[in-house]
Amino acid sequence: MSLPSELPPRQEIGVIGWVRKNLFSSWYNIVLTLVAAYLVVTSVGPLLNWVFLEATFTGETAADCSGEGACWLFIGQRLNFFIYGFYPDALQWRIDIMFGLLAVAFAPQFIERFPARKWFGIFGLTGLPLIGYILIPGGWFGLEEVPSSRWGGLMLTLILAYVGILAALPIGTVLALGRRSDMPIIRGLCVVFIEVWRAVPLITVLFMASVMLPLFLPDGVNFEKLMRALIGIILWQSAYMAEVVRGGLQAIPKGQYEAASALGLGYWRKTGLVILPQALTLVIPGIVNTFISLFKDTTLVLIIGLFDILGAVQSTITDPAWRNVTTEGYVFVAFCFWIFCFGMSRYSQNLERKLDTGHKS
Amino acid sequence: MKKRLSLVAVAATLAGTLMTGNVLASILDDVKSRGHVQCGVTTGLPGFSQPDDKGNWTGIDVDTCRAVAAAVFGSADKVQFTPLTAKERFTALQSGEIDILSRNTTWTLTRDTSLGLNFTGTNYYDGQGFLVSKKLGVDNAEQLDGATVCIQAGTTTELNLADYFRTKDMKFNPLVFDTSEQTVSGFAAGRCDVLTSDRSQLAALRSKLEDPSSAIILPNIISKEPLGPVVRQGDDQWFNVVKWALFAQINAEELGVTQDNVVEMKSSENPEIQRLLGTTGDMGEKLGLPADFGFRIVQTVGNYGEMYDRNVGPDTPLGLDRGLNALWSNGGIMYAPPVR
Repeated sequence: MSLPSELPPRQEIGVIGWVRKNLFSSWYNIVLTLVAAYLVVTSVGPLLNWVFLEATFTGETAADCSGEGACWLFIGQRLNFFIYGFYPDALQWRIDIMFGLLAVAFAPQFIERFPARKWFGIFGLTGLPLIGYILIPGGWFGLEEVPSSRWGGLMLTLILAYVGILAALPIGTVLALGRRSDMPIIRGLCVVFIEVWRAVPLITVLFMASVMLPLFLPDGVNFEKLMRALIGIILWQSAYMAEVVRGGLQAIPKGQYEAASALGLGYWRKTGLVILPQALTLVIPGIVNTFISLFKDTTLVLIIGLFDILGAVQSTITDPAWRNVTTEGYVFVAFCFWIFCFGMSRYSQNLERKLDTGHKS
Repeated sequence: MKKRLSLVAVAATLAGTLMTGNVLASILDDVKSRGHVQCGVTTGLPGFSQPDDKGNWTGIDVDTCRAVAAAVFGSADKVQFTPLTAKERFTALQSGEIDILSRNTTWTLTRDTSLGLNFTGTNYYDGQGFLVSKKLGVDNAEQLDGATVCIQAGTTTELNLADYFRTKDMKFNPLVFDTSEQTVSGFAAGRCDVLTSDRSQLAALRSKLEDPSSAIILPNIISKEPLGPVVRQGDDQWFNVVKWALFAQINAEELGVTQDNVVEMKSSENPEIQRLLGTTGDMGEKLGLPADFGFRIVQTVGNYGEMYDRNVGPDTPLGLDRGLNALWSNGGIMYAPPVR
């Protein structure tokens, strides 16, 4: 005969147990908990007040922003400008289509069981840029042309990041393969390219592209500032991407190369079928990390006078018609960036779990 | 090595075209065939060039470009604006990316000579001033001995300030910030007694204070900042077009021709008005413009006074008095040569 097992002492389980174990287990934890609790209590209240309770959300003019809280009305009134820049009102449907397609291509990637989601992804990487290339600048099929000087806001940020990311990955992969090549000339060129571009800050690249390059070009060969910035970003980013991919290539055991050769595969088939698929999956976190940092780095185009979302906000927060709306503007920009960067990082975690590259199991 | 050689070859070819291709094209013809004027503006300076709610550029510098577009095309919308940072502005003009630089740029001897540029006139006479807290009880800059001054780094403002205090034999503590927004936060937080900047911007900065009436702008002006449009050197025709677009606006104000009455004024008996609006004479032709270029400018953009009032005048948030920018006949120095 055995006694029925007793529950553990009340202090050890449930909420009390958890609190004791995690928050008050030793004197310094008690101090830290109290300090943290104090900070939370004193800051959350005013923050909530500022963001929601006393904030102005509706109204028509600057005069409606009289409350103590944030003036979100300003963001609301300028939202169109922050998203589309100077893109003509009547043609903004084109950008809306692009936003829609972007969502269609990438939203399924977050849903594990979505049918044919791979094809949506492939569309996002091939069809989407192609449609964008036709739709956004116009000038094709009777679409009215919109010069790049009228692009701006969130749309421009996304274009810069998307094109940068899309072009940098293949170029970077080629450079990484070239750097590990047996052919001395190719290897030398790749090393020089990578090291030169990696050794300069993006801000310098952009500055050169915008200030120096036009002086070297002959009259009339004036290609647009956006184009110059984009090429700069792509070249710079692909050097970084090359190093990330090289990390993956180096992590592949030599046996894989030898096994592939033993099967009679030539260089291209060996690389394409055996090495790259393994190498790229290994470095997904690194690749996404580079993308996230590029996405944020696009704000540097501010210094060459392109109105990305940060530039658009900065150019309008000085409007004397409104009271000081600097904080609201920057909070809005931070929020936009957080959404995209958080999305990217979630996606990479998702992918990693599925591909199981951490060798956890 | 091969790569480097081909680079040299490319550079040589480019240099060759640069030398030969420069002389031929006239900017006015280029602009006409392109269908719009390319205008360089700031990336957002209240009253001078800033995008409004609908993403349209507004401001006195913007209107100066629109007047040129109106003169050439009869429409103020045929302008493409390129926002430029202070560092990029001259390169953009030199390289031909823009036709006019209308970007709050001070006319100085160095810029007029060594940069290969020409200033076509002055659309705003600015000068450096001081914003002080009312609590300080100061009403003249000469009482500022020993004051702490908030300034923006790397501007001529900083140099002017040092010059001013040195010549007056006074001391000051500079408190240097990176952007003008930061200077105003520093001022608002009480970290300095005085904020200095161009007077046209002081009003805008003051409006960002919690209580704008707690600070006053001192009457002293310690530097000359004539701001105006700039064009490339070497194309006199275009230089004249830009110059006379502004002169036409100033003359229109002097002659009392406004956006509202410009149509009636066409039948005016005054020969000066007739020449300005192109009802007599061939003034436009001499510039390579349509005869009624003056009429088009006033009709679409207005005269100088209207342009001023709309963008920076007393009824705008900037609330700047005409001051130096009043016509010469009203106590200012705004003066344009006659259309004749």
